[in-house]
Amino acid sequence: MKYAYYPGCASHSTARDMHESCLAVAKALGIDLQEIKGWTCCGASAAHQTDRILAAALPAANLLLAKEMNLDMVVNCAACYSRSKNTNYDVVNSPAVRKKVKNALGQDYDGSVAVRHFVEVLSHDLGPAKLKKAVKQPLNGLKVASYYGCYLLRPPEVTGFDNPENPTLLENLVEAIGGEALEWPGKVECCGGALNLTRTDITVARSAAIIEIAKAAGAECIVTACPMCQTSLDLRQLDMVKTTGKTYNMPVLYITQLIGLSLGIPPKELGINRLMVPPKAVLQALNL
Amino acid sequence: MTIRIKKRSTGKNLRTEVEKRAEVDLATCYQCKKCSIGCPVSGLVASPPAEIIRRLQLGAGDELLQTDLVWTCLSCETCYARCPNEINFAGIIDAMRAIALEKGVARPAGNSPLFNRRFLDTVKSYGRAYDLQMIVGYKLGTGKLMDDVEKFPTMLKKGKMAILPPSGADKSKVKRIFNAAKSKGKSR
Ligand code: SF4
Ligand code: SF4
Repeated sequence: MKYAYYPGCASHSTARDMHESCLAVAKALGIDLQEIKGWTCCGASAAHQTDRILAAALPAANLLLAKEMNLDMVVNCAACYSRSKNTNYDVVNSPAVRKKVKNALGQDYDGSVAVRHFVEVLSHDLGPAKLKKAVKQPLNGLKVASYYGCYLLRPPEVTGFDNPENPTLLENLVEAIGGEALEWPGKVECCGGALNLTRTDITVARSAAIIEIAKAAGAECIVTACPMCQTSLDLRQLDMVKTTGKTYNMPVLYITQLIGLSLGIPPKELGINRLMVPPKAVLQALNL
Repeated sequence: MTIRIKKRSTGKNLRTEVEKRAEVDLATCYQCKKCSIGCPVSGLVASPPAEIIRRLQLGAGDELLQTDLVWTCLSCETCYARCPNEINFAGIIDAMRAIALEKGVARPAGNSPLFNRRFLDTVKSYGRAYDLQMIVGYKLGTGKLMDDVEKFPTMLKKGKMAILPPSGADKSKVKRIFNAAKSKGKSR
């Protein structure tokens, strides 16, 4: 299992824990992630809110580098995954976009590089059964709410990640490492992350509603695969007390962090110490 | 809902322009309102998604570019995912954003266009996003300098915010893309 790895800008800033835990888990499971040399920003939401060609050409630059490596491109940031998938979809379905992207890059991109989220690699290429065999420290029935958010799921014809209304990839991974994957109705809701700095009020309200739903379902922690969702649900908990009057203390981990703990990887190597809400319940369940 | 369309604004150009850019056919919308029902900000905005489409169908003019959903939309794509006619409403919003920027009429609460410019400025300089410079630039621009400052010391301590600018990207390639793209990432 060898892939071209696109870390994305957040991997060196707000989502270092996402990046660290992804690399640690990949290493422990024998998944070879070759970082793309010279990779550049995918443009994130700022590009698609500004200009369609900018939004397609920025990810295409990285996809072309992956193409030279002759490997599928693995992305662990859900936002970068979404932008790269959208680029593939756009250049394949719109000759006008493909032409303009070619003009911007000085190189044609045909949309042929497969873009895979690391969760897809774990779910389909490795598989939950193999993951289960590698577990050293099962979660002892820890109650986990699996949260997907938007970027992985929608639009379904672009991402093709999972069933857009009732996805189960994360739940299957949680069960494989010995957790109890909760049935809860909040998993495909939007956290409001796109407006985290510009309309913080909306992000805080949306994210508080999601944490309420998880709490009502009995969750001891939430797992996500998106750095925007993680930031909204974790960092913005500090603001929720002002609007809801409640301190939730709900740990919000990357799925790769939870998997890493179950594989016996030391918390520090998974960036557990970087979480804003310390995951005490999780560490207790694992006797750590 | 009450829909008011300005007299003498034919709106033909806005509808045509939006349809062209978003590659959608608005005639196929039969107003089932699944998009509005699933939209997480429907309750917060003056006109929810289906109403925006109806306005475009009825010939609304450029005044529609000022409607608050244009910059309150979270790009969650629920509207598109649930539309029985595969109308990409999130794409319609992106097209309206681009037109509003080009016409210089984007003045939303929270100033997302400023945020986007500051973000893209850092991408243009370093080839990758540089959060700290982007956030400071945005906050200076909005005057909301003190929002969130209480979180910074913890974030820095936990390594949740890089202090130094990013390195290692192929900057010249990114410059080329910005120069070729229509918006050129310029501050407007
Ligand atoms: S879901 Fe589609 S068809 Fe229904 S109102 Fe919205 S855009 Fe129109
Ligand atoms: S993409 Fe925008 S308009 Fe569509 S449902 Fe989400 S927030 Fe509402």
